[in-house]
Amino acid sequence: MEYGLRPLGRERFWLWALLTPTLIGLIFGALGSVVATILLSFTKWDLLTPPTWAGLVNYVDLFKDQKMLLSLTNTIKFTAMYVPGVVIVSLLIAVVMNRKMRGVGLFRTAYFLPAVTSAVATALVWNMIYGKDTGILNFLLERLGMQPVCWLCTENALYAVVLVNIWGAIGEGMIIFLAGLTAIPREYYEASEIDGANGFHQFFRITLPLVTPSIFFQTLIATINAFQAYDYIYMLTRRGQGDSSVPVVVFSIYRNAWNFFNYGGASAQAIELTVIVAALMAFYFWLERRFVVYE
Amino acid sequence: MTRQNQKLLLDIVSYTLLILGAVLMVGPFLWMVSTSFKLPGDQFTKTLIPPTFTLQNFRELFSVDLDFPLMFWNSAYISTLITVGQMLTCSMAAFCFAVVKFKGREVLFTALLLTMLIPPQVTLIPNFIIFKYLHLIGTSVPLWLPAFWGGAFGTFLLRQYFLTIPRDLVDAARVDGASLIQIFWKIYFPLGKPALAALAIFTFQGAWNDLLHPLVYMPSAPNTMLTVGLAFFQQQMTHGGKFTVLMAGALVSILPLLLVFFFAQKQFIEGIALSGVKR
Repeated sequence: MEYGLRPLGRERFWLWALLTPTLIGLIFGALGSVVATILLSFTKWDLLTPPTWAGLVNYVDLFKDQKMLLSLTNTIKFTAMYVPGVVIVSLLIAVVMNRKMRGVGLFRTAYFLPAVTSAVATALVWNMIYGKDTGILNFLLERLGMQPVCWLCTENALYAVVLVNIWGAIGEGMIIFLAGLTAIPREYYEASEIDGANGFHQFFRITLPLVTPSIFFQTLIATINAFQAYDYIYMLTRRGQGDSSVPVVVFSIYRNAWNFFNYGGASAQAIELTVIVAALMAFYFWLERRFVVYE
Repeated sequence: MTRQNQKLLLDIVSYTLLILGAVLMVGPFLWMVSTSFKLPGDQFTKTLIPPTFTLQNFRELFSVDLDFPLMFWNSAYISTLITVGQMLTCSMAAFCFAVVKFKGREVLFTALLLTMLIPPQVTLIPNFIIFKYLHLIGTSVPLWLPAFWGGAFGTFLLRQYFLTIPRDLVDAARVDGASLIQIFWKIYFPLGKPALAALAIFTFQGAWNDLLHPLVYMPSAPNTMLTVGLAFFQQQMTHGGKFTVLMAGALVSILPLLLVFFFAQKQFIEGIALSGVKR
């Protein structure tokens, strides 16, 4: 892009004045934090006594410490279910809504509601829905003659929490897909109809390929959110002494740093998270070059 | 099957799917509203209409030792400060990246975009240590101060929008002798209103709903934000068995955002589309 307003004389000063907050954020907020967290990850520090050099101990712990390892596998399982779940469900809803029916505005508002409100507040209701003895879900199951299920016990909690997270993310995904779908020229569909294509053909030959940029973007966002998921897990799976029945990495970071004062270990986990997300992003962009269709 | 029949069938299937889905999406909210108007003795009744309608739960929000009004005020002013900080500093940077030509522009912008890959946990630990040494843990400063350092998402969103503003306006203003700051403040800031509104809504929503940061920086009730308060409240109430009061608290806590959403739905939705499509 060659165009640009050239700052004249003293305007050079004003230009950098406008950029100063961002520069502070870049240097101290971003670069400084990354360097500090990397340094911290090589230490043992409880913030009460002076830090000691720990070498790679914290990184060995990531895979040796049972709880840290469990948090990593939980995060991976969570992501593996959450990302396809969000992408597929919100694409499906967007495709149905894009059929230009009556009352779409009302439906859009309904589906977007969970995305607006705080996870903490809605999780309180989900707790009442999932409750073992008094919950609505088990009440319905019993009505149907089925055995009640302990939804938030260790064996089911991961699935229960993934479901609520998907529920909370559909609204945003739906909007992204609707924007992508409305950008597809209608002539494509009209032309294919003349050629005798049916709805299924149209979906797989026109809609799906042309919506791949939105799928790519939504997968990216969902993956980043999956690795950040915290609120519902904190609210739905907390047990006595602040433990969780499905501790994910973010939960484990909070716990190690602010309950056990193991800032070095928590830093190593934060770096672990960064490396995994960065690797996944690199993989996605590699996929983008092969499969995403840009007009 | 004729095309007409096919369309009718598809319509029926579509509506059934959408209505079923809508019940699942809105159901929990209806339950929240319903429970908050029930008597504590009716908290587990499985009817949507409260057997006895009461406002007692809302009154109790003001009487419990948790100081709900203080937490509401904290959430309000902290979220507002964060929003103001982001709108100001992100628009300043976005203007430079979109309009002004200067050395290192592309490098700086790429570096800024790369920071989106840094998980908040990476900045959380060192920031916490710094704020702890400054004796600011337990105050709201660590929550809103970093919002005045700009941010990748906001800057990106605004820059995308600023790029669509016709450049002839800048040239014309330049001919009239307008300075850089005047062009920013008199042209781009007012004309960028749709994108600024979207950013304001996103930022306010994110700040109001945030749990992790207030949990770290303002960890003790009652002087904290609503999210943390409700989480603590839940533990108390689950033992005390007053889900009705808890639901009243939850309902009051989501009310401001619901109002914003109903009045500014267009900005909300266009903002998401803006961040998603025009890459």
